[in-house]
Amino acid sequence: MKKIVAIIRQEKLEDVKNALVEVGCQGMNLAEVKGKGRQRGLKEYYRGHNYCIEFLPKTKLEIVVNDNQVEEVVDAIIKSGRTGEIGDGKIFISNIEEVIRIRTGERGEKAV
Amino acid sequence: MEGILNAGDTSWVLISTILVLLMSIPGIAFFYGGLAKKKNVLNTMFLTLIAFSIVTIIWIAFGYELGFGNSISGFIGYPTSIMLHDVGINSITGTIPTYVYIAFQLTFAGLTAALISGAIVGRMKFSAWIVFVVLWTIGVYIPITHWVWGGGWLMNMGVIDFAGGTVVEICSGLSALALAFIIGRRKDRSLLPHNLGYTVLGAGFLWFGWLGFNGGSALTAGGLAASALLVSNLGAAVGLLTWVCIDIWREGKPTVLGAISGAISALVAMTPAAGFVNADGAVIIGFFAAILSYIAISYIKPKFDYDDALDVFGIHGVSGIWGTIATGIFAVVAVGGVSGLIEGNANQLLIQLIATVSTMAYAFVITLIIGKFIDWTIGLRVSEKEEIEGLDTHIHEESGYRL
Repeated sequence: MKKIVAIIRQEKLEDVKNALVEVGCQGMNLAEVKGKGRQRGLKEYYRGHNYCIEFLPKTKLEIVVNDNQVEEVVDAIIKSGRTGEIGDGKIFISNIEEVIRIRTGERGEKAV
Repeated sequence: MEGILNAGDTSWVLISTILVLLMSIPGIAFFYGGLAKKKNVLNTMFLTLIAFSIVTIIWIAFGYELGFGNSISGFIGYPTSIMLHDVGINSITGTIPTYVYIAFQLTFAGLTAALISGAIVGRMKFSAWIVFVVLWTIGVYIPITHWVWGGGWLMNMGVIDFAGGTVVEICSGLSALALAFIIGRRKDRSLLPHNLGYTVLGAGFLWFGWLGFNGGSALTAGGLAASALLVSNLGAAVGLLTWVCIDIWREGKPTVLGAISGAISALVAMTPAAGFVNADGAVIIGFFAAILSYIAISYIKPKFDYDDALDVFGIHGVSGIWGTIATGIFAVVAVGGVSGLIEGNANQLLIQLIATVSTMAYAFVITLIIGKFIDWTIGLRVSEKEEIEGLDTHIHEESGYRL
């Protein structure tokens, strides 16, 4: 089992969610986060002074999937979340040791 | 002054009084609140609310009589009673009840005190602000009001200040500068408005109320009020567009904060001039108000490195100075009965300059003394921890937002 954490553009959330549902991925969590990557952020200008807003609002999606779904889910996120411009985000994949469904007590792949 | 009561005049000044109240609450509260940081939004708004309330009590208790009572050597009036006991309900000032005049003047005093708060947001103790408002109203605002409007030395000299270029604008601007010098710089000096929408809303209330501020200062419901209202609005429009043009020229894009800053700076400059200039004068006054306030905020402030947080000096002080001087240049006899420099009366410009310099010096020096006194006694500034974590939770135990 893998956890896929995707930092995506806020405005791409709806597209990414629809793409994930299409590939059979039902469960996901999201958080509104602020972050920065290589880009230098946005320029804002107030009363004659420039400010660089480095930390930009992004959406963080967390999805846990079975190993055989990983590539499909990652492809779906890339295709639906990409604009080609700087700031499209990143995907992180890590191992999950155990998953437990609280309602039934099921464990492992059945609980994903 | 005794006269015959005029119901039309009374109605207009009553309405104007409420319009001026709207400038403080909610106008300045929203204008400053939106520009402040999220963690200080309630404290910033509260500074206006409490200032207006304190000034109201002082004004009724003895402030009006100090300002408008019989003059002691042209410097200040002397009160003959407290709580307006010697002013009857049927007393008349001009063609309106004295009570209406007192109320109208009260809103000016409250507004001017509230304006100063913009210089010190995010770092002043609430208790120190309360003491400051009391001492400043008595020590700075009331004497200057007396000089210009209450029968004092500048009034006798012939100064023309229709709605408070000296009394309100220079006075608040220079007091704000003095207080900013004493209290010191904020830890985080960025001006990143947490809710510019509030600021636009506040600016709207200010513009709306300013038509009562300047229009009401005619104290009659007639052509002079209409003229003051029209030229004020014209000046504001010119100021807004001027700042937008500067923004586009300097940065390539128009900004909303720039636009409303231009409108407000022009309204400031129109304040002394409203009842004395025609539309031609208003265009020139509004145009240069935006340019001068822009220069003050963008170049003078960084050069001298003072932390006037929300640019009270840059907008009210600088445009107030310009407006007061410009009134002496562009006054036309056909509007307010006084000629300025363009009609050949250089003496009026000289009087305006004397009023400008004396108001600047008095407001700055006395505010410095008051500020120093408070700093030595109860302290002006909050602790570093309170400043960094925000005044809303530390001083008021409230949060502006729980989203």
